[in-house]
Amino acid sequence: MTAPTKELRSSRTDGHEPAVRLDAVSKVYGRDLLALDRVTLTAGRGEFVCLLGASGCGKSTLLNLVAGLDHATAGEIDTKGGRIAMMFQEPALFPWLTVSANIELALRVTGKGKSTTKKERRARAAELLEIVHLGGFGAKRPHELSGGMRQRVALARALAQEADVLLMDEPFGALDAMTRDLLHDELERIWRERELTVLFVTHNVREAVRLGDRVVLLSSRPGTVIQEFPITLDRPRRTDSGEVAGLAATITDRLRQEVLRHAKPARRPVATGARGDG
Amino acid sequence: MTTTEISQSIAGLDALELSTRERRGLASRIWSRAWPMISAIVLVLAVWEVVVLSGWRPEYVLPGPITVLGELGDRLGDGEFYNAVFTTMRRAIVGFALAVLVGLVVGAAVSRVRPLRAAFGSLITGLQTMPSIAWFPLAILLFKLSESAILFVVVLGAAPSIANGLIAGVDYTPPILLRAGHILGLRRLALYRHVILPASLPSFLSGLKQGWAFAWRSLMAGELLVIIAHQTSIGEQLDNARELSDAPGLLATMIVILVIGIVVDMCFGAADNALRRRWGLDQPVG
Repeated sequence: MTAPTKELRSSRTDGHEPAVRLDAVSKVYGRDLLALDRVTLTAGRGEFVCLLGASGCGKSTLLNLVAGLDHATAGEIDTKGGRIAMMFQEPALFPWLTVSANIELALRVTGKGKSTTKKERRARAAELLEIVHLGGFGAKRPHELSGGMRQRVALARALAQEADVLLMDEPFGALDAMTRDLLHDELERIWRERELTVLFVTHNVREAVRLGDRVVLLSSRPGTVIQEFPITLDRPRRTDSGEVAGLAATITDRLRQEVLRHAKPARRPVATGARGDG
Repeated sequence: MTTTEISQSIAGLDALELSTRERRGLASRIWSRAWPMISAIVLVLAVWEVVVLSGWRPEYVLPGPITVLGELGDRLGDGEFYNAVFTTMRRAIVGFALAVLVGLVVGAAVSRVRPLRAAFGSLITGLQTMPSIAWFPLAILLFKLSESAILFVVVLGAAPSIANGLIAGVDYTPPILLRAGHILGLRRLALYRHVILPASLPSFLSGLKQGWAFAWRSLMAGELLVIIAHQTSIGEQLDNARELSDAPGLLATMIVILVIGIVVDMCFGAADNALRRRWGLDQPVG
Protein backbone atom coordinates (compact mmCIF):
# COMPACT_ATOMS: atom_id res chain seq x y z
CA MET A 1 0.00 0.00 0.00
CA THR A 2 1.18 3.53 -0.75
CA ALA A 3 1.29 6.23 1.86
CA PRO A 4 -1.92 8.17 2.48
CA THR A 5 -2.34 11.10 0.15
CA LYS A 6 -3.22 13.53 2.89
CA GLU A 7 -2.33 13.36 6.51
CA LEU A 8 -5.10 14.45 8.83
CA ARG A 9 -3.84 15.64 12.15
CA SER A 10 -5.71 16.81 15.14
CA SER A 11 -4.71 19.88 17.02
CA ARG A 12 -5.81 18.15 20.24
CA THR A 13 -3.13 15.52 20.09
CA ASP A 14 -0.39 18.10 19.93
CA GLY A 15 1.31 18.16 23.27
CA HIS A 16 -0.41 14.90 24.23
CA GLU A 17 1.55 11.73 24.09
CA PRO A 18 -0.30 9.44 21.65
CA ALA A 19 -1.92 6.36 23.23
CA VAL A 20 -3.17 4.79 20.01
CA ARG A 21 -1.72 5.43 16.59
CA LEU A 22 -3.04 4.00 13.34
CA ASP A 23 -0.84 4.50 10.31
CA ALA A 24 -2.33 3.89 6.87
CA VAL A 25 -4.32 0.90 8.13
CA SER A 26 -6.23 -1.06 5.50
CA LYS A 27 -8.40 -4.10 5.85
CA VAL A 28 -9.48 -6.31 2.98
CA TYR A 29 -12.03 -9.05 3.52
CA GLY A 30 -11.98 -12.05 1.24
CA ARG A 31 -10.38 -11.30 -2.10
CA ASP A 32 -11.35 -7.74 -2.82
CA LEU A 33 -13.79 -6.30 -0.29
CA LEU A 34 -11.98 -3.21 0.95
CA ALA A 35 -13.43 -2.34 4.34
CA LEU A 36 -10.84 0.18 5.48
CA ASP A 37 -8.62 2.21 3.18
CA ARG A 38 -5.42 3.72 4.62
CA VAL A 39 -6.90 5.03 7.83
CA THR A 40 -4.51 7.25 9.74
CA LEU A 41 -5.63 8.26 13.18
CA THR A 42 -4.07 9.22 16.48
CA ALA A 43 -5.66 9.35 19.90
CA GLY A 44 -3.76 11.22 22.58
CA ARG A 45 -3.44 9.88 26.10
CA GLY A 46 -6.60 10.74 28.00
CA GLU A 47 -8.39 11.85 24.85
CA PHE A 48 -12.01 10.97 24.08
CA VAL A 49 -12.26 10.29 20.35
CA CYS A 50 -15.60 9.52 18.70
CA LEU A 51 -15.60 7.67 15.41
CA LEU A 52 -18.68 8.54 13.43
CA GLY A 53 -19.95 7.21 10.17
CA ALA A 54 -22.91 5.78 8.31
CA SER A 55 -23.36 2.06 7.71
CA GLY A 56 -20.48 0.32 6.02
CA CYS A 57 -17.79 2.71 7.17
CA GLY A 58 -15.90 -0.03 8.94
CA LYS A 59 -16.18 1.53 12.39
CA SER A 60 -16.48 -1.81 14.12
CA THR A 61 -13.76 -3.31 11.94
CA LEU A 62 -11.48 -0.51 13.04
CA LEU A 63 -12.10 -1.21 16.73
CA ASN A 64 -11.63 -4.93 16.23
CA LEU A 65 -8.25 -4.25 14.66
CA VAL A 66 -7.16 -2.03 17.56
CA ALA A 67 -8.44 -4.65 20.02
CA GLY A 68 -6.46 -7.38 18.31
CA LEU A 69 -9.59 -9.39 17.51
CA ASP A 70 -8.64 -9.17 13.84
CA HIS A 71 -5.51 -8.39 11.84
CA ALA A 72 -4.94 -5.47 9.51
CA THR A 73 -4.17 -6.29 5.88
CA ALA A 74 -1.75 -3.38 5.63
CA GLY A 75 -0.55 -0.52 7.76
CA GLU A 76 0.51 -0.28 11.34
CA ILE A 77 -1.35 -0.10 14.63
CA ASP A 78 0.55 1.00 17.69
CA THR A 79 -1.15 0.92 21.07
CA LYS A 80 2.07 1.78 22.90
CA GLY A 81 1.88 -1.44 24.88
CA GLY A 82 -1.15 -0.14 26.76
CA ARG A 83 -3.77 -2.44 28.10
CA ILE A 84 -6.95 -2.48 26.06
CA ALA A 85 -10.52 -3.09 27.17
CA MET A 86 -13.56 -3.16 24.96
CA MET A 87 -17.29 -2.79 25.31
CA PHE A 88 -19.76 -4.00 22.72
CA GLN A 89 -23.30 -3.02 21.87
CA GLU A 90 -24.43 -6.01 23.90
CA PRO A 91 -23.14 -6.32 27.45
CA ALA A 92 -21.64 -9.76 26.60
CA LEU A 93 -21.66 -10.81 30.25
CA PHE A 94 -21.27 -14.48 31.04
CA PRO A 95 -24.74 -15.68 32.04
CA TRP A 96 -23.40 -18.55 34.15
CA LEU A 97 -21.60 -16.16 36.50
CA THR A 98 -23.05 -13.68 38.95
CA VAL A 99 -22.48 -10.00 38.30
CA SER A 100 -19.65 -9.96 40.81
CA ALA A 101 -18.06 -13.16 39.43
CA ASN A 102 -18.07 -11.65 35.93
CA ILE A 103 -15.91 -8.81 37.22
CA GLU A 104 -13.80 -11.12 39.39
CA LEU A 105 -12.95 -13.17 36.31
CA ALA A 106 -11.62 -10.03 34.62
CA LEU A 107 -9.63 -9.19 37.75
CA ARG A 108 -8.24 -12.69 37.88
CA VAL A 109 -7.07 -12.71 34.27
CA THR A 110 -5.70 -9.16 34.50
CA GLY A 111 -3.84 -9.70 37.74
CA LYS A 112 -2.21 -12.93 36.69
CA GLY A 113 1.28 -11.81 37.72
CA LYS A 114 0.25 -10.61 41.14
CA SER A 115 -1.33 -13.19 43.33
CA THR A 116 -4.68 -11.93 44.50
CA THR A 117 -6.91 -13.93 46.77
CA LYS A 118 -10.52 -14.57 45.98
CA LYS A 119 -11.47 -12.36 48.88
CA GLU A 120 -9.46 -9.43 47.54
CA ARG A 121 -10.99 -9.84 44.12
CA ARG A 122 -14.47 -9.91 45.57
CA ALA A 123 -13.82 -6.71 47.50
CA ARG A 124 -12.36 -5.05 44.40
CA ALA A 125 -15.37 -6.14 42.33
CA ALA A 126 -17.68 -4.58 44.92
CA GLU A 127 -15.71 -1.31 44.65
CA LEU A 128 -16.00 -1.34 40.86
CA LEU A 129 -19.74 -1.98 41.07
CA GLU A 130 -19.98 0.95 43.45
CA ILE A 131 -18.34 3.15 40.80
CA VAL A 132 -21.08 2.32 38.28
CA HIS A 133 -23.76 2.75 40.98
CA LEU A 134 -24.51 -0.95 41.23
CA GLY A 135 -23.25 -1.59 44.75
CA GLY A 136 -25.31 -4.39 46.28
CA PHE A 137 -26.12 -6.03 42.96
CA GLY A 138 -23.06 -8.29 42.92
CA ALA A 139 -24.95 -11.45 43.82
CA LYS A 140 -27.50 -11.01 41.02
CA ARG A 141 -27.28 -12.77 37.71
CA PRO A 142 -26.96 -10.65 34.58
CA HIS A 143 -30.45 -11.55 33.35
CA GLU A 144 -31.98 -10.15 36.52
CA LEU A 145 -30.79 -6.66 35.61
CA SER A 146 -32.12 -4.20 33.04
CA GLY A 147 -30.27 -3.49 29.79
CA GLY A 148 -28.77 -0.26 31.11
CA MET A 149 -27.62 -1.94 34.32
CA ARG A 150 -26.00 -4.78 32.38
CA GLN A 151 -24.14 -2.32 30.22
CA ARG A 152 -22.84 -0.69 33.41
CA VAL A 153 -21.66 -4.08 34.65
CA ALA A 154 -19.85 -4.44 31.33
CA LEU A 155 -18.27 -1.04 31.98
CA ALA A 156 -17.20 -2.14 35.45
CA ARG A 157 -15.73 -5.29 33.92
CA ALA A 158 -13.80 -3.19 31.42
CA LEU A 159 -12.54 -0.99 34.26
CA ALA A 160 -11.45 -4.13 36.11
CA GLN A 161 -8.94 -4.72 33.35
CA GLU A 162 -7.06 -1.60 34.44
CA ALA A 163 -6.98 -0.65 30.79
CA ASP A 164 -5.31 2.46 29.43
CA VAL A 165 -7.44 2.42 26.32
CA LEU A 166 -11.18 1.76 26.31
CA LEU A 167 -12.74 0.80 22.99
CA MET A 168 -16.50 1.21 22.82
CA ASP A 169 -18.51 -0.17 19.92
CA GLU A 170 -21.90 1.57 20.04
CA PRO A 171 -22.20 0.62 23.71
CA PHE A 172 -25.40 2.57 24.33
CA GLY A 173 -27.04 1.94 20.96
CA ALA A 174 -29.64 -0.43 22.35
CA LEU A 175 -30.69 1.73 25.28
CA ASP A 176 -33.54 4.19 25.66
CA ALA A 177 -32.73 7.89 25.49
CA MET A 178 -33.07 8.62 29.19
CA THR A 179 -30.82 5.77 30.25
CA ARG A 180 -28.36 6.74 27.55
CA ASP A 181 -28.16 10.32 28.82
CA LEU A 182 -27.41 9.11 32.32
CA LEU A 183 -24.76 6.72 31.08
CA HIS A 184 -23.13 9.56 29.14
CA ASP A 185 -22.76 11.45 32.41
CA GLU A 186 -21.41 8.33 34.08
CA LEU A 187 -18.94 7.56 31.35
CA GLU A 188 -17.70 11.14 31.26
CA ARG A 189 -17.07 11.12 34.99
CA ILE A 190 -15.21 7.82 34.92
CA TRP A 191 -13.21 8.82 31.85
CA ARG A 192 -12.03 11.96 33.64
CA GLU A 193 -11.27 10.32 36.95
CA ARG A 194 -9.29 7.50 35.38
CA GLU A 195 -7.65 9.46 32.58
CA LEU A 196 -8.70 6.86 30.06
CA THR A 197 -8.15 7.08 26.37
CA VAL A 198 -11.48 6.30 24.74
CA LEU A 199 -12.24 5.34 21.16
CA PHE A 200 -16.02 5.50 20.92
CA VAL A 201 -17.80 4.27 17.83
CA THR A 202 -21.31 5.51 17.15
CA HIS A 203 -23.66 6.47 14.33
CA ASN A 204 -25.43 8.94 16.58
CA VAL A 205 -24.06 12.42 15.80
CA ARG A 206 -25.33 14.09 18.96
CA GLU A 207 -23.89 11.35 21.11
CA ALA A 208 -20.53 11.90 19.43
CA VAL A 209 -20.68 15.67 20.01
CA ARG A 210 -21.91 15.17 23.57
CA LEU A 211 -18.97 12.97 24.51
CA GLY A 212 -15.99 13.56 22.26
CA ASP A 213 -12.95 15.80 22.48
CA ARG A 214 -12.81 15.16 18.79
CA VAL A 215 -15.22 13.61 16.29
CA VAL A 216 -13.66 11.69 13.43
CA LEU A 217 -15.93 11.33 10.43
CA LEU A 218 -15.45 8.21 8.35
CA SER A 219 -16.61 7.65 4.79
CA SER A 220 -18.36 4.45 3.77
CA ARG A 221 -17.22 1.60 1.54
CA PRO A 222 -14.31 1.77 1.94
CA GLY A 223 -13.89 3.44 5.30
CA THR A 224 -11.48 6.35 5.32
CA VAL A 225 -11.13 9.42 7.49
CA ILE A 226 -12.81 12.31 5.68
CA GLN A 227 -12.86 14.99 8.29
CA GLU A 228 -12.13 15.64 11.94
CA PHE A 229 -14.06 18.01 14.16
CA PRO A 230 -12.47 19.17 17.40
CA ILE A 231 -15.20 19.75 19.97
CA THR A 232 -14.29 22.55 22.32
CA LEU A 233 -17.65 23.01 24.08
CA ASP A 234 -17.41 23.13 27.87
CA ARG A 235 -18.12 19.97 29.77
CA PRO A 236 -20.41 18.63 31.03
CA ARG A 237 -22.52 19.04 27.91
CA ARG A 238 -26.15 18.18 27.43
CA THR A 239 -27.30 16.19 24.43
CA ASP A 240 -30.30 18.51 24.06
CA SER A 241 -28.39 21.80 24.38
CA GLY A 242 -28.38 24.28 21.49
CA GLU A 243 -24.61 24.19 21.06
CA VAL A 244 -24.50 20.42 20.78
CA ALA A 245 -27.45 20.44 18.38
CA GLY A 246 -25.85 23.14 16.22
CA LEU A 247 -22.54 21.37 15.92
CA ALA A 248 -24.33 18.09 15.34
CA ALA A 249 -26.26 19.67 12.46
CA THR A 250 -23.01 20.72 10.79
CA ILE A 251 -21.56 17.25 11.10
CA THR A 252 -24.81 15.63 9.99
CA ASP A 253 -24.76 17.74 6.81
CA ARG A 254 -21.25 16.58 6.07
CA LEU A 255 -22.25 12.99 6.78
CA ARG A 256 -25.30 13.32 4.53
CA GLN A 257 -23.11 14.51 1.66
CA GLU A 258 -21.04 11.41 2.14
CA VAL A 259 -24.12 9.17 2.09
CA LEU A 260 -25.50 10.89 -1.02
CA ARG A 261 -22.25 10.22 -2.80
CA HIS A 262 -23.26 6.55 -2.68
CA ALA A 263 -26.69 7.10 -4.24
CA LYS A 264 -26.61 5.64 -7.71
CA PRO A 265 -27.13 8.46 -10.27
CA ALA A 266 -29.63 6.34 -12.25
CA ARG A 267 -31.90 6.05 -9.24
CA ARG A 268 -33.62 8.69 -7.20
CA PRO A 269 -31.61 10.19 -4.35
CA VAL A 270 -31.68 8.37 -1.04
CA ALA A 271 -34.89 9.39 0.66
CA THR A 272 -33.96 8.53 4.20
CA GLY A 273 -30.70 10.47 4.36
CA ALA A 274 -28.13 9.79 7.05
CA ARG A 275 -29.16 7.65 9.91
CA GLY A 276 -27.00 9.69 12.21
CA ASP A 277 -29.09 12.66 13.23
CA GLY A 278 -29.72 11.36 16.65
CA MET B 1 -26.57 17.54 36.92
CA THR B 2 -24.43 17.09 39.99
CA THR B 3 -22.91 13.73 40.80
CA THR B 4 -25.47 13.02 43.53
CA GLU B 5 -28.31 13.92 41.22
CA ILE B 6 -26.93 11.58 38.60
CA SER B 7 -26.60 8.71 41.04
CA GLN B 8 -30.10 9.33 42.36
CA SER B 9 -31.62 9.40 38.90
CA ILE B 10 -29.79 6.19 38.08
CA ALA B 11 -31.01 4.52 41.24
CA GLY B 12 -34.56 5.61 40.41
CA LEU B 13 -34.38 4.30 36.88
CA ASP B 14 -32.89 1.01 38.09
CA ALA B 15 -35.69 0.54 40.58
CA LEU B 16 -38.27 1.12 37.86
CA GLU B 17 -36.63 -1.27 35.44
CA LEU B 18 -36.05 -4.21 37.75
CA SER B 19 -38.63 -6.88 37.19
CA THR B 20 -40.64 -7.93 40.18
CA ARG B 21 -41.06 -11.51 39.16
CA GLU B 22 -41.98 -13.75 42.04
CA ARG B 23 -41.88 -17.50 41.98
CA ARG B 24 -44.95 -19.32 43.13
CA GLY B 25 -44.81 -21.53 46.19
CA LEU B 26 -43.47 -25.08 45.98
CA ALA B 27 -46.83 -26.73 46.65
CA SER B 28 -48.62 -24.82 43.93
CA ARG B 29 -45.80 -25.54 41.45
CA ILE B 30 -45.90 -29.27 42.22
CA TRP B 31 -49.66 -29.34 41.92
CA SER B 32 -49.67 -27.53 38.59
CA ARG B 33 -47.17 -30.07 37.26
CA ALA B 34 -48.86 -33.07 38.85
CA TRP B 35 -52.50 -32.81 37.92
CA PRO B 36 -52.06 -33.20 34.14
CA MET B 37 -49.88 -36.24 34.77
CA ILE B 38 -52.38 -37.80 37.16
CA SER B 39 -55.20 -37.21 34.66
CA ALA B 40 -53.14 -38.83 31.90
CA ILE B 41 -52.46 -41.91 34.06
CA VAL B 42 -56.14 -42.24 34.96
CA LEU B 43 -57.07 -41.95 31.29
CA VAL B 44 -54.58 -44.65 30.25
CA LEU B 45 -55.81 -47.01 32.97
CA ALA B 46 -59.41 -46.42 31.91
CA VAL B 47 -58.67 -47.21 28.24
CA TRP B 48 -56.77 -50.31 29.32
CA GLU B 49 -59.72 -51.48 31.44
CA VAL B 50 -62.11 -50.87 28.55
CA VAL B 51 -59.92 -52.97 26.21
CA VAL B 52 -59.85 -55.80 28.77
CA LEU B 53 -63.64 -55.61 29.32
CA SER B 54 -64.22 -55.75 25.56
CA GLY B 55 -62.92 -59.34 25.65
CA TRP B 56 -60.38 -58.76 22.85
CA ARG B 57 -57.97 -61.20 24.55
CA PRO B 58 -58.68 -63.65 27.39
CA GLU B 59 -57.86 -62.29 30.82
CA TYR B 60 -54.96 -64.68 31.47
CA VAL B 61 -53.20 -63.12 28.45
CA LEU B 62 -54.20 -59.49 29.01
CA PRO B 63 -55.12 -58.90 32.67
CA GLY B 64 -56.82 -55.65 33.73
CA PRO B 65 -55.08 -52.82 35.57
CA ILE B 66 -56.41 -53.84 38.95
CA THR B 67 -54.87 -57.32 38.72
CA VAL B 68 -51.58 -55.93 37.47
CA LEU B 69 -51.37 -53.17 40.08
CA GLY B 70 -52.14 -55.80 42.73
CA GLU B 71 -49.28 -57.93 41.39
CA LEU B 72 -47.04 -54.84 41.40
CA GLY B 73 -48.01 -54.20 45.03
CA ASP B 74 -47.06 -57.80 45.95
CA ARG B 75 -43.70 -57.38 44.26
CA LEU B 76 -42.99 -54.12 46.06
CA GLY B 77 -43.22 -56.09 49.30
CA ASP B 78 -40.76 -58.74 48.07
CA GLY B 79 -36.98 -58.62 48.66
CA GLU B 80 -36.26 -60.37 45.36
CA PHE B 81 -37.75 -57.42 43.47
CA TYR B 82 -35.38 -54.98 45.14
CA ASN B 83 -32.43 -57.23 44.32
CA ALA B 84 -33.44 -57.11 40.67
CA VAL B 85 -33.90 -53.34 40.66
CA PHE B 86 -30.58 -52.93 42.47
CA THR B 87 -28.69 -55.03 39.90
CA THR B 88 -30.26 -53.23 36.98
CA MET B 89 -29.70 -49.78 38.43
CA ARG B 90 -26.10 -50.65 39.26
CA ARG B 91 -25.53 -51.60 35.64
CA ALA B 92 -27.33 -48.49 34.45
CA ILE B 93 -25.26 -46.18 36.64
CA VAL B 94 -21.92 -47.85 35.87
CA GLY B 95 -22.71 -47.96 32.16
CA PHE B 96 -23.95 -44.39 32.05
CA ALA B 97 -20.96 -43.13 34.02
CA LEU B 98 -18.57 -44.86 31.61
CA ALA B 99 -20.53 -43.40 28.69
CA VAL B 100 -20.26 -39.90 30.17
CA LEU B 101 -16.51 -40.36 30.55
CA VAL B 102 -16.07 -41.64 27.00
CA GLY B 103 -18.45 -39.03 25.61
CA LEU B 104 -16.63 -36.20 27.39
CA VAL B 105 -13.19 -37.26 26.22
CA VAL B 106 -14.27 -37.94 22.64
CA GLY B 107 -16.50 -34.85 22.48
CA ALA B 108 -13.79 -32.55 23.85
CA ALA B 109 -11.17 -33.94 21.48
CA VAL B 110 -13.38 -33.88 18.41
CA SER B 111 -14.71 -30.39 19.09
CA ARG B 112 -11.23 -28.91 19.48
CA VAL B 113 -9.11 -30.76 16.93
CA ARG B 114 -10.06 -30.05 13.35
CA PRO B 115 -8.73 -33.23 11.68
CA LEU B 116 -10.43 -35.35 14.32
CA ARG B 117 -13.67 -33.53 13.58
CA ALA B 118 -13.38 -34.28 9.89
CA ALA B 119 -12.53 -37.90 10.60
CA PHE B 120 -15.00 -38.78 13.32
CA GLY B 121 -17.72 -36.12 13.31
CA SER B 122 -20.11 -37.90 11.01
CA LEU B 123 -19.14 -41.30 12.39
CA ILE B 124 -20.36 -40.23 15.83
CA THR B 125 -23.69 -39.13 14.40
CA GLY B 126 -23.86 -42.41 12.48
CA LEU B 127 -23.27 -44.41 15.65
CA GLN B 128 -26.09 -42.47 17.29
CA THR B 129 -28.60 -43.76 14.76
CA MET B 130 -27.40 -47.38 15.00
CA PRO B 131 -29.91 -49.54 16.92
CA SER B 132 -28.05 -50.71 19.98
CA ILE B 133 -29.50 -54.21 19.76
CA ALA B 134 -27.42 -54.69 16.60
CA TRP B 135 -24.30 -54.53 18.76
CA PHE B 136 -25.23 -57.50 20.93
CA PRO B 137 -24.09 -60.34 18.69
CA LEU B 138 -20.64 -58.75 18.56
CA ALA B 139 -20.71 -57.95 22.28
CA ILE B 140 -21.55 -61.56 23.13
CA LEU B 141 -18.75 -62.82 20.86
CA LEU B 142 -16.29 -60.47 22.55
CA PHE B 143 -17.38 -60.75 26.16
CA LYS B 144 -19.42 -63.98 26.31
CA LEU B 145 -22.67 -63.86 28.28
CA SER B 146 -21.38 -61.47 30.90
CA GLU B 147 -22.13 -58.11 32.40
CA SER B 148 -19.27 -56.67 30.34
CA ALA B 149 -21.23 -57.46 27.18
CA ILE B 150 -24.19 -55.45 28.50
CA LEU B 151 -22.04 -52.53 29.63
CA PHE B 152 -20.24 -52.51 26.27
CA VAL B 153 -23.51 -51.95 24.46
CA VAL B 154 -24.82 -49.44 26.99
CA VAL B 155 -21.69 -47.33 26.58
CA LEU B 156 -21.84 -47.57 22.78
CA GLY B 157 -25.49 -46.59 22.89
CA ALA B 158 -25.13 -43.57 25.14
CA ALA B 159 -21.66 -42.14 24.48
CA PRO B 160 -22.32 -40.78 20.95
CA SER B 161 -25.27 -38.67 22.14
CA ILE B 162 -23.23 -37.31 25.02
CA ALA B 163 -20.27 -36.51 22.77
CA ASN B 164 -22.57 -34.87 20.22
CA GLY B 165 -24.20 -32.75 22.93
CA LEU B 166 -20.81 -31.41 23.93
CA ILE B 167 -19.71 -30.84 20.34
CA ALA B 168 -22.90 -28.95 19.51
CA GLY B 169 -22.48 -26.85 22.66
CA VAL B 170 -18.93 -25.90 21.71
CA ASP B 171 -19.99 -25.10 18.14
CA TYR B 172 -22.82 -22.85 19.22
CA THR B 173 -20.94 -20.86 21.85
CA PRO B 174 -22.19 -17.32 21.18
CA PRO B 175 -19.43 -15.51 19.23
CA ILE B 176 -19.96 -12.36 21.30
CA LEU B 177 -18.96 -14.28 24.44
CA LEU B 178 -15.85 -15.60 22.70
CA ARG B 179 -14.91 -12.06 21.75
CA ALA B 180 -15.58 -10.86 25.29
CA GLY B 181 -13.35 -13.65 26.61
CA HIS B 182 -10.65 -12.76 24.13
CA ILE B 183 -10.76 -9.09 25.17
CA LEU B 184 -10.42 -10.14 28.81
CA GLY B 185 -7.22 -11.89 27.83
CA LEU B 186 -8.43 -15.49 27.89
CA ARG B 187 -6.67 -17.72 25.37
CA ARG B 188 -6.69 -21.41 24.44
CA LEU B 189 -7.23 -23.57 27.52
CA ALA B 190 -8.29 -20.65 29.70
CA LEU B 191 -10.83 -19.60 27.06
CA TYR B 192 -12.03 -23.20 26.92
CA ARG B 193 -12.37 -23.46 30.66
CA HIS B 194 -13.92 -20.08 31.42
CA VAL B 195 -16.08 -19.53 28.34
CA ILE B 196 -16.55 -22.44 25.95
CA LEU B 197 -17.23 -25.22 28.45
CA PRO B 198 -19.69 -23.30 30.60
CA ALA B 199 -21.42 -21.95 27.49
CA SER B 200 -21.91 -25.48 26.17
CA LEU B 201 -23.46 -26.72 29.41
CA PRO B 202 -27.13 -26.52 28.29
CA SER B 203 -26.40 -28.49 25.13
CA PHE B 204 -24.27 -30.97 27.06
CA LEU B 205 -27.11 -31.48 29.51
CA SER B 206 -29.57 -32.31 26.75
CA GLY B 207 -26.94 -34.69 25.35
CA LEU B 208 -26.82 -36.38 28.76
CA LYS B 209 -30.59 -36.65 28.81
CA GLN B 210 -30.69 -38.23 25.38
CA GLY B 211 -27.73 -40.44 26.30
CA TRP B 212 -29.62 -41.70 29.32
CA ALA B 213 -32.60 -42.67 27.16
CA PHE B 214 -30.30 -44.65 24.86
CA ALA B 215 -28.49 -46.23 27.81
CA TRP B 216 -31.74 -47.35 29.43
CA ARG B 217 -33.04 -48.89 26.18
CA SER B 218 -29.75 -50.66 25.51
CA LEU B 219 -29.68 -51.98 29.06
CA MET B 220 -33.17 -53.47 28.79
CA ALA B 221 -32.35 -55.08 25.46
CA GLY B 222 -29.14 -56.41 26.99
CA GLU B 223 -30.82 -57.85 30.05
CA LEU B 224 -33.31 -59.70 27.84
CA LEU B 225 -30.61 -61.13 25.60
CA VAL B 226 -27.76 -61.69 28.02
CA ILE B 227 -29.21 -63.66 30.91
CA ILE B 228 -26.58 -64.31 33.54
CA ALA B 229 -27.24 -67.29 35.83
CA HIS B 230 -28.04 -66.61 39.47
CA GLN B 231 -28.25 -62.90 38.91
CA THR B 232 -31.72 -61.50 38.95
CA SER B 233 -32.42 -58.25 37.16
CA ILE B 234 -35.44 -56.39 35.78
CA GLY B 235 -34.83 -57.71 32.27
CA GLU B 236 -34.41 -61.23 33.58
CA GLN B 237 -37.69 -60.95 35.49
CA LEU B 238 -39.41 -59.80 32.33
CA ASP B 239 -38.02 -62.79 30.43
CA ASN B 240 -39.04 -65.14 33.25
CA ALA B 241 -42.57 -63.81 33.27
CA ARG B 242 -42.88 -64.46 29.55
CA GLU B 243 -41.52 -68.03 29.90
CA LEU B 244 -44.01 -68.75 32.67
CA SER B 245 -46.85 -66.96 30.84
CA ASP B 246 -47.19 -64.79 33.93
CA ALA B 247 -49.03 -61.91 32.24
CA PRO B 248 -49.65 -59.81 35.41
CA GLY B 249 -45.98 -60.16 36.39
CA LEU B 250 -44.88 -59.22 32.90
CA LEU B 251 -47.00 -56.09 32.80
CA ALA B 252 -46.01 -55.14 36.37
CA THR B 253 -42.34 -55.37 35.39
CA MET B 254 -42.96 -53.23 32.33
CA ILE B 255 -44.56 -50.58 34.53
CA VAL B 256 -41.44 -50.63 36.73
CA ILE B 257 -39.21 -50.10 33.66
CA LEU B 258 -41.39 -47.24 32.48
CA VAL B 259 -41.50 -45.55 35.87
CA ILE B 260 -37.72 -45.72 36.37
CA GLY B 261 -37.19 -44.26 32.92
CA ILE B 262 -39.62 -41.42 33.59
CA VAL B 263 -38.22 -40.62 37.03
CA VAL B 264 -34.63 -40.36 35.76
CA ASP B 265 -35.78 -38.28 32.83
CA MET B 266 -37.56 -35.94 35.22
CA CYS B 267 -34.32 -35.51 37.16
CA PHE B 268 -32.56 -34.38 33.99
CA GLY B 269 -35.51 -32.13 33.20
CA ALA B 270 -35.29 -30.54 36.65
CA ALA B 271 -31.55 -29.96 36.22
CA ASP B 272 -32.20 -28.39 32.82
CA ASN B 273 -34.91 -26.11 34.23
CA ALA B 274 -32.71 -25.03 37.12
CA LEU B 275 -29.94 -24.14 34.68
CA ARG B 276 -32.27 -22.17 32.44
CA ARG B 277 -33.64 -20.25 35.38
CA ARG B 278 -30.15 -19.40 36.66
CA TRP B 279 -29.04 -18.19 33.24
CA GLY B 280 -32.26 -16.35 32.49
CA LEU B 281 -33.01 -18.48 29.44
CA ASP B 282 -36.54 -19.15 30.63
CA GLN B 283 -37.81 -15.61 30.21
CA PRO B 284 -40.23 -14.64 27.51
CA VAL B 285 -38.72 -12.45 24.83
CA GLY B 286 -38.75 -8.74 25.70
